[in-house]
Amino acid sequence: MPARSSSFKAAAAAYTQKRDTRAFLRGSMTGYLAARAQRETEFQDWQAAREAASAAKAEAVDNLDRYLPEFVEKIEARGAKVFFARNGDRARDYIRGVIQAHDAKCIVKSKSMTGEEIHLTETLEHEGYEVVESDLGEYIVQLRGEHPFHIVAPAMHLRREEIRELFADKLGPGAGTSDDPTALTMDARRAIRQKYLEADIGISGVNFAVAETGQMVICTNEGNGRLSTSLPKVHIAIMGIEKVLPTLDDLALLLPMLATAGTGQHITGYTTMIGGPRQPGETDGPEEFHLVIMDNGRSTLLADAEQRDALHCIRCGACIYMCPIFKNVGGHTYDTTYMGPIGSVITPHLRGLQEWKHLPSSSSLCGACTETCPVHIDLHHHLLHNRRNAAAAQPAWWERLAFRGYRTLAARPGLFAMAGKAGRLFQKLASPLLGSSIDPAKAWTRCRTLPNPPERSFREWWAERNGTANGRK
Amino acid sequence: MNAQISDDRDLVMHRIREALQIRRQGLPAHGDAERYRELLPLVGDDLDARIERFREWSERLQTEFIVCSRDELDAKLAALRETHGWQRGACHLAELPRQALAATGLENEKALIIDDSAGADYDKATLEASEVSFSNCDALVAQTGSVLLTSRSAGGRALSVLPPHHVVLATTDQMVPDLPAAMALVRERYGDDLPSLITLHTGPSRTGDIERTIVLGAHGPKKLTVILIRG
Repeated sequence: MPARSSSFKAAAAAYTQKRDTRAFLRGSMTGYLAARAQRETEFQDWQAAREAASAAKAEAVDNLDRYLPEFVEKIEARGAKVFFARNGDRARDYIRGVIQAHDAKCIVKSKSMTGEEIHLTETLEHEGYEVVESDLGEYIVQLRGEHPFHIVAPAMHLRREEIRELFADKLGPGAGTSDDPTALTMDARRAIRQKYLEADIGISGVNFAVAETGQMVICTNEGNGRLSTSLPKVHIAIMGIEKVLPTLDDLALLLPMLATAGTGQHITGYTTMIGGPRQPGETDGPEEFHLVIMDNGRSTLLADAEQRDALHCIRCGACIYMCPIFKNVGGHTYDTTYMGPIGSVITPHLRGLQEWKHLPSSSSLCGACTETCPVHIDLHHHLLHNRRNAAAAQPAWWERLAFRGYRTLAARPGLFAMAGKAGRLFQKLASPLLGSSIDPAKAWTRCRTLPNPPERSFREWWAERNGTANGRK
Repeated sequence: MNAQISDDRDLVMHRIREALQIRRQGLPAHGDAERYRELLPLVGDDLDARIERFREWSERLQTEFIVCSRDELDAKLAALRETHGWQRGACHLAELPRQALAATGLENEKALIIDDSAGADYDKATLEASEVSFSNCDALVAQTGSVLLTSRSAGGRALSVLPPHHVVLATTDQMVPDLPAAMALVRERYGDDLPSLITLHTGPSRTGDIERTIVLGAHGPKKLTVILIRG
C-alpha cells in the first residue's frame, strides 16, 4: 500500500478511538450550526443566493483569461508590484527576495491558506526570520509547531486548558495564568501587539480580488489583517489565480455569504479592500506593496471542465464542518493544507492523483458537503470523478483480473452455474476464516458479516417454479 | 530589486488560456446589484427603519451606537470621556473629529492630530499610546451595522484600528441601506481614483478561536462607538 494511504489509515484509526476528542470536536460545532441557520433565514432567498454566487464565480473562472489581466492591470496602475509564480518554489523565492532587499528581520503575518500551501512561515522561520502569525488560532498552532486543524478555525481541536499550558510555557511570566478565553486572548494581544510596530514586513492572504476596481480583499474578525497591512513599510500579499471576482457587486453578495457559511456571522468584522501601496496625499500605509499570484497546480484543475467549479471555492470551510469523515478522523489526519471534502477534491489535482487518491475514497458520499457549500460546488460528485479518473489512469491489477474472470464466466452459462455452486460451497466452508489474519479481504470482513448464501441460485429456482406451474415435473 | 527572478506571467497566462480552450456550456447568468438586492437580507425603505436596523446590529455586535443632534454632540462626547476615562486621544484634520477631540477635553500636548490634508507622516508610537481615536467615515451600512471608511476619509490606515477605542462620527445623510449601495457609493465617490484602502468595520475586534467563545479586542479596537448626528 502506498505510504500516504497507509499513514492516513493509521492516523484515522487512531483518531476514531478517541471518543472524548471526537465528542469535543462535535460539541464545538453546535454554536456554529445554530448561528449559521439563523443567518441563512435572514437572507431573502439563501438557495437562490447560492446559485447567484455560483454564477458570479463561474463567470470569473471561465473567463479568467480576461478578468485576471484586468485585475492586474488596474492594481499595477496604482503602484502594486505583481509577481506571477508558477509554483510554490517560485513564490517563496520572490518573497525571500523582497525580504532580503529590505534587510528585514521581523515579519508579521495575517492568515493565508495559500501561504500554508507553500509552507511559507515554516520556510522563513527555518531561514532565520522571525515570523509572527497574528491570527489567534494560527498563532496558537504556530506555538505548538502544528498545522491548522481546520482552514477557518485552526485551533478548534484544542481545549482552553491546553492553550493555557501552552501560553504559560511559551509566552513568559504573567501569561497563561487562567483558563478564561478572554484572559488567554489578552495574553496573545500583548505578545503580538508590539510586533506590529516592530515588523519590517507584513504578509497577508487574499479572500477576493475584484477585477472591476483592481482591489484585493482581506476578511478578518480580529483586525489583524488591518494592522498587518497598515503599519509595516512593506506589504506582501499572496493569492491563487482563482480568487478573482468580476465586480464590486459580486463582492456585496459574496461577503455576507462567506461569513454566513464560514462562521455563522452576517459579515466578517473587518473587510478590507486594498488597491495598492500608500498613495500620494495619504498619511500612512506601506511604501511598497507586492502581490504574488500563484498557479501551483490550479491551471491543471482549470483545464478539467468537469471539475472546474472546484475553483469557485471561497475557502469558507463549511464543507469541512459538515463532513462526517472530518468529524471522525479530525483535520490533521488528512496531512494536507485543505482538509475535508474540498481538500479531497482539489488535493489530487494540486499534488498528484495517484498519491492522494485515497482521499476521495475516504468518503461516505452523503452529499452534506454539496448541500452546505455557499457557491454550490458539486463536491460529492467530484469525489466520484476523482475515483473514476484514478482507476482509469492506473487500474488495480487484481480488479482487472477479477473482471476478466467474471467476463469469461458471464459469457458461458454452464460455467457460470458451476462457479455459483462452487462459490456457495466455498463461502460455507470458509466462513470461520472470514476476518481472520489469513483472509485477504479482512479489511472489509473483519467488521462486517456476510449474508448467508442462498440454498439455490435464482436460475435454479426459476427452472423449478416454471416446471411446477406448467404441470411438468 | 529581484532582477534575477523573472516573472512567470507569460507562462501562467498561457496555461490559463490553454486550460480554457473548452468553456463550460449552459452556465447560469451573471447577476448584478439589482438581482443581488432581491436575495440579500431585506432593509427598510426610510431612514428610521435603517437607523433601527443599524441599532439592532450594534446591540448584537456590542458596538456603542449613539444618535444625537448637532447641539447635543458636545455633551454626548463629554459624557463618553467620563465613562471611559480617556487621557490621550488622536484624530485627523477634519471638522467633526477635531470638534470631538476638543469636546472630550483631549486637545492637550499628548494629543495626536494627523494632518491628512497634505498626507504628512506622523509618529506611530504616539498613535499606539492613544486610548481613543476619532474619525470620519464614508457611510454607515444599515444591512450589516458596518462603518465604511477609507484611508482618505478617516485619517489614513492606522488611526481607525490601532488605538483600543475607535469613535466614528457620521451624519444621517451617510446612512446607506445595504452592501450594494455601499459599493455604488465607492464607485461614484472615487471612480478611478481609489484610496489605497477601503474598509468595512463591523463591531469591535473579535475572535472565537478559543473554544468558539467570542472575545472582544483580539488585536484592534476593543470598543467601537458610532455617533450618528441627526439633521
